[in-house]
Amino acid sequence: MTLHPLIAALSKHKAGVILIAMQIALTLAIVCNAVFIIGQRIERVGRTTGIDESNLFLLSQQWVGAPSGDDADSIAKLDAMQREDLAALRALPDVQSVSSINSLPLLGSSWNGAIDIKPDSKKAFGRTTYYFGDDQMFPTLGMHLIAGRAFNAGDVHNQGFRDQKDPDIVILTKVLADKLFPKGDAVGKAAYLNGSGKPVTVVGVVEKLQAPGLFNSDDTTYNSTLAPVRLDANFARYAIRAKPGRLEAAMRAVTPALYAVNPMRVLDDNSVKSFADIRHDAYEADRGMAILMAVVALVLLCVTAAGIVGLTSFWVGQRHRQIGVRRALGARKIDILHYFQMENLMIAGAGVVIGIAMAVGLNMWLMTQYEMARIPVLYVGVGVLAMLALGQLAVFVPARRASNVPPVVATRAA
Amino acid sequence: MRGMTGYYFRLALRSLRRNPLLTALMVLAIGFGVAASMTTYAVFRAVSGNPLPDKSAQLFVPQIDNWGPASRKSGGDIPDSLSYTDAMALMRAHQAKRQTAIYPVSYTVVPGAGSQPFTVNGYATYTDFFPMFDVPFRYGNGWASEHDTQRANVIVISSQLNQSLFGGTNSVGHTLNLDGHDYLVVGVTADWNPQPRFYDVNNNRSFADAPDFYLPFTRAVDMQSATTGNNNCFGSTGRAPGWDSWLHSECDWVSLWLELPNAAAVTHYKSYLEGYVAEQTRGGRFRWTGGAQLFDLVGWLDHEQVVPPETRVSMMVALGFLLVCLVNTVGLLLAKFMRRAGEIGVRRALGASRRQIYVQFLIEAWAIGVAGGLLGLLLTGVGVFGIGLVFEPAIARLAQVNLTLVGLTLLVSMAATVVAALYPTWRAAHVQPAWQLKSN
Repeated sequence: MTLHPLIAALSKHKAGVILIAMQIALTLAIVCNAVFIIGQRIERVGRTTGIDESNLFLLSQQWVGAPSGDDADSIAKLDAMQREDLAALRALPDVQSVSSINSLPLLGSSWNGAIDIKPDSKKAFGRTTYYFGDDQMFPTLGMHLIAGRAFNAGDVHNQGFRDQKDPDIVILTKVLADKLFPKGDAVGKAAYLNGSGKPVTVVGVVEKLQAPGLFNSDDTTYNSTLAPVRLDANFARYAIRAKPGRLEAAMRAVTPALYAVNPMRVLDDNSVKSFADIRHDAYEADRGMAILMAVVALVLLCVTAAGIVGLTSFWVGQRHRQIGVRRALGARKIDILHYFQMENLMIAGAGVVIGIAMAVGLNMWLMTQYEMARIPVLYVGVGVLAMLALGQLAVFVPARRASNVPPVVATRAA
Repeated sequence: MRGMTGYYFRLALRSLRRNPLLTALMVLAIGFGVAASMTTYAVFRAVSGNPLPDKSAQLFVPQIDNWGPASRKSGGDIPDSLSYTDAMALMRAHQAKRQTAIYPVSYTVVPGAGSQPFTVNGYATYTDFFPMFDVPFRYGNGWASEHDTQRANVIVISSQLNQSLFGGTNSVGHTLNLDGHDYLVVGVTADWNPQPRFYDVNNNRSFADAPDFYLPFTRAVDMQSATTGNNNCFGSTGRAPGWDSWLHSECDWVSLWLELPNAAAVTHYKSYLEGYVAEQTRGGRFRWTGGAQLFDLVGWLDHEQVVPPETRVSMMVALGFLLVCLVNTVGLLLAKFMRRAGEIGVRRALGASRRQIYVQFLIEAWAIGVAGGLLGLLLTGVGVFGIGLVFEPAIARLAQVNLTLVGLTLLVSMAATVVAALYPTWRAAHVQPAWQLKSN
C-alpha cells in the first residue's frame, strides 16, 4: 500500500487528525507519569523494615500523676514504674518477649541526630535515627545481627527522657556502618554522636533497620543507631512480640495486666497497635495515591479509545461512497480494513511522538515541583506501545464496518 | 428569539437522540472529566483555604537562624520555630501591636471515680492569642494580661471539653484539675478550629481536631510542661540535664505570632528583628550575620508546605484529565456537527443566518454540558465519598459536597462543553450552502 493517498486523505480532515493526535499525546503523557507514580509508590510500600513484623505489636501509654522532673529521684521512680510494667508484660502467657522502645519503623515519631568517626565534628557527617531499648530489643524486633554482638542485660542503663548523655556502646545498621567504616571493620571502633567528644564503641552491626520517619529518602532511611538505654518519662512505649499465632490474645491481655499494676494511666483503644496496623497507616497516602492514579489512567485510556471510535466512525460514514467506489474498482475487504488501520497508525504515531516529548516534559516539571525521580525509558516505551495498541483496538470496529461496505454503494447516489 | 431558543433546544434533543452512542460518549467524557477535577478540587480547597481571611494579612511569623549556616550543610532551612531565649526576648521587646508565643502541651484529666483518666491537648499561649486570632467565646473571655506576668493558674477551655466536664453549662469560675494542679476557668470558646491550623503547622497538626484548652505560656513553663510538638536541637549535645538547661539551650520549639496592622508596622518590625539578630552576633552568641525572616500567614502556610504533595499532584492530574476529556469532546462534536453539513446547507439556503447556526449548535453543546454536569455531579458525590481511600482521614473529612461544589460542577461542565463546541460550531457555521446543495 502506498502512503501517498492516505496522507492526501488525512490532509482533508486536518482538524480531526490533529484532535486525535493531540488526545493520544496528552493521554500518553499523563498515563506514563501516572503509571510511574504508581510504580514508585509500590516500590516504597514494598521496602522492608528489617524486623520480623508478624506477631509484633506496640503499646504506648502515659501515667497519671507520675513525676515530671529531671532530678535523680523522679527518674528513679519513673524507671521503677517502667520496670514494673515490663515485668508484668513479660509474665503474660501469650507474650514471647518485651522491650522498652522509643519508636518503631514506620511509626513516624523519631529521634534523629548525626554520627561521625571524628570527635567534636561540627558538620553533620551522617544523619542517623536513634533507637533506644533494652537487652530484649533484638529478640522482640527480630533483627538480624551480622557482626559483633547484641546487647546483654549488663549493657542496659536508664536515663531521663530529656537527658542528653551519650550511651557507651551502640549497634549500627550495615548501611550506616559501611558509610562510616568503608573497610567493613566497624565492630570495636569508636564513633561520635551529635558532634560530641565522647567516643562510643560500636559493638555490633545489624543487617537492616528502617527509620520511623516516612519522609526519609532511600539513602538515609536505613541509617539507624541502636543504644541500650531505657528512657524514662511520664509515658512509655513497649514493643511486644506475641507467641506465634497468639497476637490477638496477647493484644487483649496487655491492657488489663497494666491496669492491675497501676490503674492511674491513660491507656485507650489507640494505645495498643499491631505492627500490621502501623504499616497500614504509614502507607495510607501512598496506597491512596496509587489507587487514584490507576483509576485516572484507566478512565483516561477508555475516554481516548472512545474518542478514536467516535471520529473514525464519522470518517467511515463520510467516506461511505468512496469506499464503495474502491471496492467496485477491485479493492478487497482486507485492503479497506488495512487502510483504516494504517491511517490510525499514522495518526497515533504522530501523537506518540508529541506524547513522548510531553511525558518527559511533564516528568521534568514534576521533578522540580514534587521531588519526583526521572522517568525511566521503559515506562515511556511501554506507554508508546500501549497507545499504539489502543489505537488499533479502537479503530478495529469502525474499520471492519468500513470493510463491509458493499461495492454496489458506488452505483447509488450519496 | 425566545421562541427560537426553545425550538433550537428541541432540535438539539432530536439530534442527540439520533446518535445515542456518540451522545453517550460525549456525556460520559464530560461527566468523568468534571467529576475527577471537582473531587480533587474539593480536597484542594479544603486544605489550601485561608483559615482567617479577614485577618491573615496582619498576622506574621518571625524566624531567627540561631543555628547558623553550618546546620544547613546537608540541606534544610532556617529552623521553623524559635528557641525559648529568642521567643522571650521578642516577647519582652513588645515591638508588635499584639504578640503571642505558642507551644503545644498535653495533660491528663482525672474526671473522678468510675471514669478512666483521659488526655487533653492544648496550647500554652499569651492572652493576645484570643483577640489576634479572633477566637469566639461562648462564656467568659481570655485571661487578663496581668495573668501572663503573674504566671497565673487560669485556663480557657473548648466548648467540647466544657461539654464533657461541665455538661455544657457556664463553667467560668469553676476549677479544672490537670495533672494534679487546679486551674480557674476564665473562658469557654465557641467552636473554633481554623483549618489548616496555621499557628501550629510546624508540628504536623495542620488538620487536627480542635484543641481542648489554652493556658498562660508562663504558667506552662513554670509547670515544666514539655512541648508535645517538635523539639529540634542542633549543637546542644553534652548540655546539663534538666529543665532550665533545656530552656536556655539552642533547641527550637516555640512558635511566635505577631499582629502588625499596617505596612509601617511591618517595616518597623523587620528592622527591629534585623537589629536583634545583629545584636546577637555582636554579643558573640551567633558567629554569623543575618538570618532573620518575617512571613505573613499565607506565605507561612506556603513555606511550611501545608498542602500535602498528594493533593497538588492529584489536582494537576485531574486538570490534565479534564483537558483530555475536552479535546475528546471537541473531536466528537466536530464529527457530530459536520455529519449534518447537508442539513446546515439546507437551513442556510432557506435563510438561516450564521448567527442562528451558531446559536443552534451552541445550544446543542450546552445540552450535552448539562447532561455531563448531572452525571459529573453524581460521580463527584461518589468521588468525595471515596476520597477517604486516597487521602488521610483528617483531610478527607474536610472535603464535603456543598452547594458551592454542586454549582461549580454544573458550571464547569457547561462552560467546558460550550468552549469545546466553539471550533466545531465555527466549522458548522461556515459550511458553504451552495456546495452542500450541489453535492446532494
